[in-house]
Parts: sequence; structure tokens; C-alpha cells
Amino acid sequence: MTRRVVITGIGCISALGNTAAEFWAACLAGKSGIGPLSGFDMTGIRFQNGAQARGFDASRHFDDKQLIPLDRFAQLAVVAAREALAHSGLELTPEQRTRAAIVTGSCYGGKTSEDAGFSAIYRDGQSRVHPMTIPRLMANAGASALTLELSWQGPVWTVSTACSSANHAIGQAFWLVRHGLADVALTGGSEAPFTYGSMKAWEALRVVSPDTCRPFSKGRTGMVIGEGAAMLVLEPLDHAVARGAKILAEIAGFGMGADAHHLTQPSAEGAARTIRLALADAGLAPEAVGVVNAHGTGTAANDVTESAAIREVFAANLSSLLVSATKSMHGHALGASGALEAVATVLGLHHQCVVPVANFQAPDPECDVPVCLEQRPFAHEAAISNSFAFGGLNAVLALRHSGQ
Amino acid sequence: MSESVSPDVLERVLRTLADTQKLPLEKVTADSTFEDLGIDSLDGINILFALENEFDINIPDESARLVRDIRQLAEGVQKLINEKAAPPAPAA
Repeated sequence: MTRRVVITGIGCISALGNTAAEFWAACLAGKSGIGPLSGFDMTGIRFQNGAQARGFDASRHFDDKQLIPLDRFAQLAVVAAREALAHSGLELTPEQRTRAAIVTGSCYGGKTSEDAGFSAIYRDGQSRVHPMTIPRLMANAGASALTLELSWQGPVWTVSTACSSANHAIGQAFWLVRHGLADVALTGGSEAPFTYGSMKAWEALRVVSPDTCRPFSKGRTGMVIGEGAAMLVLEPLDHAVARGAKILAEIAGFGMGADAHHLTQPSAEGAARTIRLALADAGLAPEAVGVVNAHGTGTAANDVTESAAIREVFAANLSSLLVSATKSMHGHALGASGALEAVATVLGLHHQCVVPVANFQAPDPECDVPVCLEQRPFAHEAAISNSFAFGGLNAVLALRHSGQ
Repeated sequence: MSESVSPDVLERVLRTLADTQKLPLEKVTADSTFEDLGIDSLDGINILFALENEFDINIPDESARLVRDIRQLAEGVQKLINEKAAPPAPAA
């Protein structure tokens, strides 16, 4: 069984706002959510900026009892999923819930809870940690909270592949629905990485910008860490049509592969091969793709390598292609990034426009790709959304206009 | 302006580098290039970390990015050690 799979609902929380609508308005305006980090200790850390979901207030979404087992990253997952489901209008019978899947991505899991527990015993001399520390920190805590809340009983799991986590999750949820292993899926990613210890670890890796994220730009100085969550509702095309759902875009294909090259240095060959796998899975020619939502981290290494991969795959249609990189606005939300970028790509297809790369200063000859620098109406049939993780783990989604 | 590197600092830089890279000390000289020693960007981060611990200094990302060879690395370390001993006067 093979079915066409469409997206009928989206939800997201990020530095760009508490809803998909706020996210999209900021993306259209090229408004970056990057700024000084606050609310936790950043003393002595070489970078001070990040992309925090400042507007998120858990108490507006959960009562005190509900919050006991929920780390911030799981709270974000649940709230984004509620928005996506409400948006889709999907309602399932108890029978249908047994064939409803949830596949989430997260790099860190409940880092905030782990950090708080370990600070208490290592630093503060306390003798015990909170009994919910393990359920809060497990990387699947978001997926588990969702199955409990929604009573969905189909395949539920979490993928953790660093910065590709959400793309791997969405790709697998897509394949489940396409091949009839589940009838609907809720999928995406969530991340809440802001703790002192975690920021010290990023500082030591020397890839974080002291300033802001400038993908593909000359003078870029690294990535900027973000937090947030995005969730998408997937269902078969005929199911969506039968219930009169609004179709935002189709997931046409997914590709995943590994560089087998280097722990932190990406490979253009690996990226290009994975993009081609996604296009082949979608049955799309490179010429059908109008927009690349790039991984675009703003690091020296990624942007050069990704540019080379884009130039190779899209050599024939480079002049009619636009490259977008929304991390310039929502930061690098690690395991949630692919989901935030998928939402941006879906909305770009739905509204037939391309959002600008923020913070761009000047072209870099080493990143010779057509970077989108202002919001543009753009008629395109298909778009891809790239995620490339440390360890050389690549995941690329190919999305197509819904035709609606 | 290049910093004059004391023999002691140079020796400790070379030893730290050899330790981090698991290389015999005699293979590492001030004139070795990173390519000679098979040092890539990830090794570079580990070496900077080890040097920060060895000399109790903080090596800024921007200066680290400019280092092209081991002599420059040693000069940079010496500069940071000197600054730690006599901090530059604050600008008015």
C-alpha cells in the first residue's frame, strides 16, 4: 500500500512567537528572535545571545499537577501539538486512535530537569533528586505526554539524531502513513537546551556566534542556539479530502543517509547524496524544486559545504532557485530545528512565497548560492528542507504544493 | 606584532600538543604545521581546551581562528600569559 501524505495542521512555539501564525509573520518580516539570553546563569560564557521562546508561559497551558512530570521541552512539544491538532480539525474515534502514530525528535531531552537535579546533589550538597527526574529527562517525554493526553495508541517513539532529529522523525512518520503502518501521525520536534552546563559545553565547541546567526553571509561567526517546538499533522490525501480538511502541503519524499566522513566536519558529497535520495523518493526532478530551506547554521563549515551540495544537485536550475535559512530568525533549536524549518517550508509552499535570510551582510564567494534576501512571492511546485547533524547524519524532506 | 615566546612556554605548548594528539614529543616542533601532524578542526578544539587548562588562560574564539601554525599558537599563548600577569590598562 502506498498513499500520498499531506500536512493538515501545524503548530509551533519559538523565539518568533507562541503560535504558527506569529512564527510566520516574523519569518515574512525577516525579524530575528535572537537576543540576550536571560532567566538562567550565563556568567563568564563567551556568547550571551540565543533564541529563547520568551513568550511561552507554561501556566497558561497546564495546571500545577500536570507540570510535575513535564520538563520544558515536553511542555513545548505538547502545546505545539495541541495547536497542530486544533488547526487540522482532526478528531479520531477510539478505533482510529489505535492506528495513530506520534514520532518526535529531540537532541537533549529534559536537559533543564537533569541540570537542576545534578546541581542539587553535586553542588548544593543535597542528598536526593526529584523523583520525576527520569521521566522528565527521557528524550521521549514529549511523545509520552502526547500519547497520554490524546489516547493515541499506534506507534509512538522518539528519534535523537542531534540537529537532524526532527527531520528524521518527520520522515519516518511520513513513511509510516505512506505505507499504511499508521493512518495519521503527529510529528515534529522539541528542544529546551538552555542551562548553564549545556551552554558551557557549546562554548567549548567554539561554534557559537558571539553576535548573531548570518547564514551564507560573509562575516558569519557561527550558530546561535535556540529553543522551541513544532508539530505537524500528517494524514493520507484521500482521508484529508474526504473529511474536507484544508491541505497545507504534501510531503512528497524523504531521504536519509550518513557522511561516514568526520564527527563535526560536514561533507558536500553526503549532503548532495541525501538531497538526491529525497528527490528520488518524491519522484521529483531537481528542476521541480524552487526553494531550498537550508540547514544554514551560519557556521564556517556548514554553509560552504551545503552551498557546494546545493550547487551540485541543482546545477541545472540554480538561476531559478532560492535558498532560505530560517535559523537566522529562530536560531538553531537543535532537535526541534527541522520541525520549525518544515513549518516555514510548508507555509512558504502554501502561501507561494519565500522568506528572507535575516542578518545577511554581504555575499561570500565560498557560499555561491542564490540566497533569498527579501520576502518574495514565488510560484514553486516543490521545496526541500535540509537537516545535517554532527556525526554526519543527514535527513532531507521534499515537500510539494498541495494544489489547493 | 609577534610575541617573544619563552623557552618554558614553548616547551609546555609542544608537550600539551603532543599529549593531546597522542604523538611522540620529538615529532612536535615549533616549525611543524598542523597538516604535518594530522591536526584537523576537531583536534584543534581539544588542543585549545588542553592549553587553557595547562596555562589557566582563556583563548578567545576570534584569536583561535587566526592561528595557522604552531609558532603562532605558542605566541598567542605567551601573549595571554603576559596579559594575565599585567592586565592591559582599561580604556578611558
